[in-house]
Amino acid sequence: MYNFDVVKPTRIADAVKELSDSTESQPLGGGQTLIPTLKQRLASPDKLVSLSAIDEMRGVCTGEDGSICVGGATNHATVAAEAGGYPALAATAAHIGDPAVRNRGTIGGSLANNDPSACYPAAALGSGATIKTNAREIAADDYFQGMFATALDEGEIITEVRFPVPDKANYQKFVQPASRFALVGVFVAKYADGVRVAITGASNDGVFRWTEAEAALSSNFSADAIVGLSLSGDNMISDLHGTGDYRAHLCAVMTKRAVTAAA
Amino acid sequence: MAQVSMTVNGKAASGEVEGRTLLSSFLRDQLMLTGTHVGCDTSQCGACVVHVDGQAVKSCTMLAVEAEGADVATIEGQANADGSLNVIQQAFQDHHGLQCGFCTPGMVMSAAALLKDNPKPTETEVREYLEGNICRCTGYHNIVKAIMAASGQDVSAIAAE
Repeated sequence: MYNFDVVKPTRIADAVKELSDSTESQPLGGGQTLIPTLKQRLASPDKLVSLSAIDEMRGVCTGEDGSICVGGATNHATVAAEAGGYPALAATAAHIGDPAVRNRGTIGGSLANNDPSACYPAAALGSGATIKTNAREIAADDYFQGMFATALDEGEIITEVRFPVPDKANYQKFVQPASRFALVGVFVAKYADGVRVAITGASNDGVFRWTEAEAALSSNFSADAIVGLSLSGDNMISDLHGTGDYRAHLCAVMTKRAVTAAA
Repeated sequence: MAQVSMTVNGKAASGEVEGRTLLSSFLRDQLMLTGTHVGCDTSQCGACVVHVDGQAVKSCTMLAVEAEGADVATIEGQANADGSLNVIQQAFQDHHGLQCGFCTPGMVMSAAALLKDNPKPTETEVREYLEGNICRCTGYHNIVKAIMAASGQDVSAIAAE
């Protein structure tokens, strides 16, 4: 790792100021991806702005409209323990990485990184969540813009993520056992105005909505509705863990399992 | 360089560190607490697990400055006051929960974190909790058995497969 300075502001405004000065700076959430990245010298910031001391960015609460609000610097273990108002979200958080990773990794860090195999992007897109930053609110449908790409500007910080709570939901992850990331993960959520299906781990474009399955499930919320539907493996991630076609097949399998578990 | 202060195994500890200094490096190289092992250095293997404010973390993937003011517990602080092994450590010995011993500090610290939150875990819960702790010798069976025994449960029915 190249050396860098670390600052630990206690307020969002101060963190934004630290990130906007002339130095090459980067926000630090729980560091469970960023620190390994720095060790590999894939990034070399002059300054890390730790978000760990900002109390206003931590914790889980219920909004006036019943949605579950998670502070951007809230770790996965806390979401698993405290997001009981949205059980599928709590269960998703409870199976990210391993227990020690869940004690450090944060929701804001995960969504800002937008790893194509991470769990939280599927939960956020599958729930139609709102990503709140220091500057604005971004709908999940506009937020995810491809592998490791998001709508965030330089120096913009995710301060909160707001999840509308569905009638039924479930997340099914086919675990890649070495990394504990999703080989394919499917988040299904049934809302009054329709069903959302978000898939992580599969596409070269990162997390995406399987709109064909959404339409079928919106009229018939059962695993049978998926029968006959399939995705092409052409633009799927293909690596030593699985081919594109294999991942495409898993998308349908895991969607069925998620619907069955949610129904 | 920055000054960092924390409590380690109940005693005040401080030192000068760089921004990039990992908690594992601070513990091992500056405090000379080399019981915390660094196996993979990529946050996969769990040999470096310590407790920070009561939570299990991988100390190779946390900056020392992030532990400023924290209460840190390492394997060196696990033994009883008279120096004898604590319940978990003794169970690892009794049930042959280690062979080479490299992963053991992380295993014991993870086990302690698990039993603090879940005093009577099922075998499945123990195995799930250890997903981030890799052992290349034992095949895990005796580690799981040791942790079940440390929780006061009867392990006679847990066979080595």
